[in-house]
Parts: sequence; structure tokens; C-alpha cells
Amino acid sequence: MAVITYREAIRQALREMLKDPKAFLMGEDIGAYGGAFAVTKGFLEEYGEERIRDTPISESVIIGAGIGAVMAGARPIVEIMTINFTLFAFDMIINHAAKIHFMSGGRVNIPLIMRTVTGSGRQLGAQHSQNIEGHYAMVPGLKVVAPATAADAKGLLLSAYDDNNPVFVAEHFDLYSQKGEVPDEPVRVPIGKAAVLREGRDVTLISYSRMTMICQQAADLLAERQISAEVIDLRTLRPLDMELLLASVEKTHRVILVEEAAKGTSIGGDIISEIQESAFYDLEQPIRWVAGAPVPMPYNRTLEQLAIPNTEVVADAAVEMLAGRRRRAA
Amino acid sequence: MDRDQRLRFYQQMVLIRKFEDKAGEQYGRGKIGGFLHLYIGEEACAVGAINALRDDDYVTTHYRDHGHALAKGCSPNAVMAELYGKATGVSGGMGGSMHLFCTKHRLMGGYAIVGGGIPIGTGIGLGIQQLHEPLVSLTFFGDGAVNEGEFHESLNLASLWKLPVVFFCENNLYAMGTALNKSSAVPEIYKRAEAYAIPSHQIDGMDVDAVYRATLEAVDRARSGGGPTLIEAITYRYKGHSMADAVQYRTRQEEEQWRPRDPITLFRERLISESVATDEELDQMDREVDAIVADSVKFADDSPAPTLEDMYRDVYAA
Repeated sequence: MAVITYREAIRQALREMLKDPKAFLMGEDIGAYGGAFAVTKGFLEEYGEERIRDTPISESVIIGAGIGAVMAGARPIVEIMTINFTLFAFDMIINHAAKIHFMSGGRVNIPLIMRTVTGSGRQLGAQHSQNIEGHYAMVPGLKVVAPATAADAKGLLLSAYDDNNPVFVAEHFDLYSQKGEVPDEPVRVPIGKAAVLREGRDVTLISYSRMTMICQQAADLLAERQISAEVIDLRTLRPLDMELLLASVEKTHRVILVEEAAKGTSIGGDIISEIQESAFYDLEQPIRWVAGAPVPMPYNRTLEQLAIPNTEVVADAAVEMLAGRRRRAA
Repeated sequence: MDRDQRLRFYQQMVLIRKFEDKAGEQYGRGKIGGFLHLYIGEEACAVGAINALRDDDYVTTHYRDHGHALAKGCSPNAVMAELYGKATGVSGGMGGSMHLFCTKHRLMGGYAIVGGGIPIGTGIGLGIQQLHEPLVSLTFFGDGAVNEGEFHESLNLASLWKLPVVFFCENNLYAMGTALNKSSAVPEIYKRAEAYAIPSHQIDGMDVDAVYRATLEAVDRARSGGGPTLIEAITYRYKGHSMADAVQYRTRQEEEQWRPRDPITLFRERLISESVATDEELDQMDREVDAIVADSVKFADDSPAPTLEDMYRDVYAA
């Protein structure tokens, strides 16, 4: 066990994969530049040009060539610099990677890992500040993971390498320097399983990626006000671990779903829908949905911060919800 | 080229022709649904090109893919069954006409998105290179695909990294209903390769020998590390884009002008004039193909449909 950064944990996972001679990395500026977020710094010198391939700016063929390369038996791990640029490759990801196994009647596997970076909050403007992971989580045939901790970043990537399906990995740029305890060994974290980061009795906070850390901070604030919040990290956005979510709902009867993405552009609404369909009678109050403002992200710093959920907003939502309980009783 | 190979060219082209005629007929009977894009008239491209490959080389193609599947060695029974949507189809009934996959013969799809197979075929070349295998990736696409961004991205990457890819453009002069000179600022497709430092040729796609020779050269170049080639084969589809096409965008007169260029007629005449075969021998081969095609229809008719369990199972690999 060691306390390392999310970035370092990902580097460890990539090194583990690169032990397989069939594995190689492909993406823009991953080699000579050292990676846009320094994830692959030094890898070119260590592994060489054939295994750390700097590509032209051609997102569609980066993904498409990844699909073809796995068909030929190689194991590329492809990187798209930010999730905003994956839109160039929307066709390759959704029409091709996600569907080839199905369209071939199960005869062709596409074990392709597609790594990218999501997130907002650094005044990068509307075209560089989207959380699009939810779009990919709506595609049957794709698996989508969004690690929030260093251990999960390493463990989910390792599981993705074992997986015979295309796995879309949404790392978060604000988490790269976040530290956490990570096993030295290549311990897998299962895809498709959420995690209870903190147990609680009064309300369930469901989230993923950076917002999970926001929920943890909100839970600290709530604890000072004698509100016991349970914090759940989805970890995998597709397939969803509904079983774990419903078990929590059964316990706390109150749910707040928190996501960074602009409201309506990710899977928060779908999760809420599924919960109410299965657990309506377990709920004391309507589920509350805290998400980003439904706007393209503004450049102005104050406006941008107002457009993204923060610790206070999440804590206030829980306080209001619990206050509502007392109002109903009277 | 030996006699067996010449006769194989003939047999494969006739198989494709008669298979496609039969598929059109069965579509009219309601046995085949959705879109059906027939390869009638283009047989020399699939047969000439694919015979220049080794069995373990890879092929990717587009939605007009029955000819490629049959030329690559996929069983006519399993291809017809796929058109019928049966569980015994090459794709388990889950793909249909546009998504034929035969992994044993390394036919890796069958794609309905114009240009979709090109990055994938390029990537197969990348995988081959990564694994240091002496193999080649041949990717087919039509004249319509060359204006998709993915065509350009793929040619650039294949050239940059000297990937073992053969880019084979079946230029049948029309992208659905749009004539080439209405869509392309430079209608000579082979010229685009120059922008990527890729050798290219425009050839007669109705002449199976010409297709074979050009592809063989490109395949040899790829296999020996010389990188990609672009082949533009001028061909013609005698039928519409699909079964739904009323073909109002070209004239019957033009279609008649292409009839004497029928690749099967041309090749038959060549075989006879070169004394490779007699009329009687070729007629006998025709009858044998009739039987193969009739068998495929019976096989498809008698096969079971896939189940709901099959559908849910095939979403993810185990």
C-alpha cells in the first residue's frame, strides 16, 4: 500500500498493461510532449516509438484504428486528449466500437480501452469544459467507468484490460493530483460495482467522478449538523450497480443525485427514474437532482463557479430535504 | 496464373451474380428485410482483389458486402441465412445484409456507415504491424466514401506509419443517387493519394485480371513493408443503390452502354479465346453454381431464428 496520486496510479496501471507485448499506447502528444496531463511523461523514452505512438490530430481514426488493431489481436490503449474532442469520434465509438460485437452475433470482440479526461471549472470555455461521459453511458455495448479515487483509477483500468468489451474511461483533470491509498499490487476493481464510501442513515448522496469528493466534503459539513449522509460512488456509469443503490435507498429513504454535467446531459435523470420505478414506496421524499447549470460553460470565473455544484450547494440540498421532513410531520 | 485459378475467378463471379439475383428475388418475396444492396456488375472487383490476398489476410468492406464475403470464402449457406436473419447466419441473424462477419476467413465487416470500414481496416494494418506479422489489410469502400473525413484521416495515418493496408475504392460512379462529378471537386479519386504520398492507380474494375494484377502489386508492397496503396477501380452496378431505388438519377441508355462491359461476359469470352475452357465446361460450372445457390435458399428457409436470449447475450462479450 502507498499513498500516491491518481495520476501515478494510472501510470502504474499503464505500466502493468505494457508488460503485455501486444499492448501499446496511442494518442495525441502522449510521447514527445509527455501527455497533455503528464500521465505518460517519460514513457516514450522508456518504451520507444513503436509502443508509445504520437498520432496526428485525427480523433476518428485514433479510435477507428484502435478498433481495427484489436481485431488483429493487438491491445492498444487509445487516448483522446479531452472528452470534448471525443465528439469527432462519436461515430467510431458509438456506431462501431459499441456495436461490432453485437452485429457480428458475438463473433468479434472489441477489447479496446479508450481513455480521456472530463471536467470543468478552470475557465477553459464552453468547448473545453463539458462532462460528456453520460452520453457514452447511454450506449448499449459500451462500458463506461469514471474513477474518483487513485485506487479506483488503477483498479478499474486493470479490469478494463481484462475485459473483452470496449471500455470508455473518463478520468477527471481535477483529480490527477489527488492522493489516495493504492495497493502496490495490480489489484483489480470490478467494473459494474458501485462503492459505499461512507455509511449513513439519513440521506443517500449518489455521485461519480470529482463530485463524489464534493459529496464527501458535504457529508463532513452535514455531520456537524447531526445529519448522517451515506456517500455512494458509482465508479461505473454503464453497467449501473442498481442493486447497491436500491439497498441504500431502502435504508435511508432519501436520495440526492449529484453530478458535474449540465443538468440533462448525463445519466442522472435516468438513475433517478430507475430508482423511483423500483423503490418509489421506499422514498420519503422526491429525489433531488443537483447538477451543473444547463448552459454551455461561460468563461467568466464567477459565473463558471455558479454553474458547477459545490460542497455548500450539496450540503444545503440535504439540509432542505431533511427540514422538509419536519415540515411534513407538522 | 494457372488454369485452376482462372476457373476459380469465373466460378466466384458467377456465384456472386447468381447469389445476388436470388437474394433480390427473395427480398421481393419478403424473406429478406431492411436494406439490400446488390453487387451485380461489380463482381470483378471483389474476385480480382480478394484473390490477390492470402487466406489469413484481412478484409473490411462496406454495406454492399455479399460479394466480398463470398469471394473471401464465407459459406453461401451462412450468408443467405444471415440475409434471412437466421441464427445460422454468419452474424447469428443479428447483423443482416450490411454486417457480414466471417472471422474464420478474416472478413471483419460489413459496415453501414459510409467510410466506416476505412479507419478500421487501417487499424487492422496497425495491429498487424504491432505484432510484426507478414499480413495485409484490404479495405473496400465506394466513391461516396472519399469525401468523408475518415477517408483522409486514414490515408494520412497509413502513409505516415507505413501501414500494410490496401485502400480499394470501388468507383461505380454514383454515391446512392449522386453522381461523382456532382460531389467531388476532383473526380479522379486516385489523385487524392498524392496528398498523402501514397502510390495510386485507376484501373478497369470490370476486368478481373486487371483488378487482380493491380491488387497483387499493392498487396506485395504492403507485405514487404512498403506501406499503403490506393486503387481506384472504375466499375458499374447494373441495379439500383438498393432494392428501394427507383434509379432516376441515371439513364437507361447509360445502363445499356455498360452491359457489354459485364465482367462475367468479358471474362467468359477471354477464357474461351485463350482456350482455357469451352462453352460447355463453363455452362456446367454455371449449373453447379445454380445448385449451390438453391441449396443456400433451402438452408436459410430451414434454419431457426435467433432467440431473445441470443439478443441480450450478444450486447456484451463474456
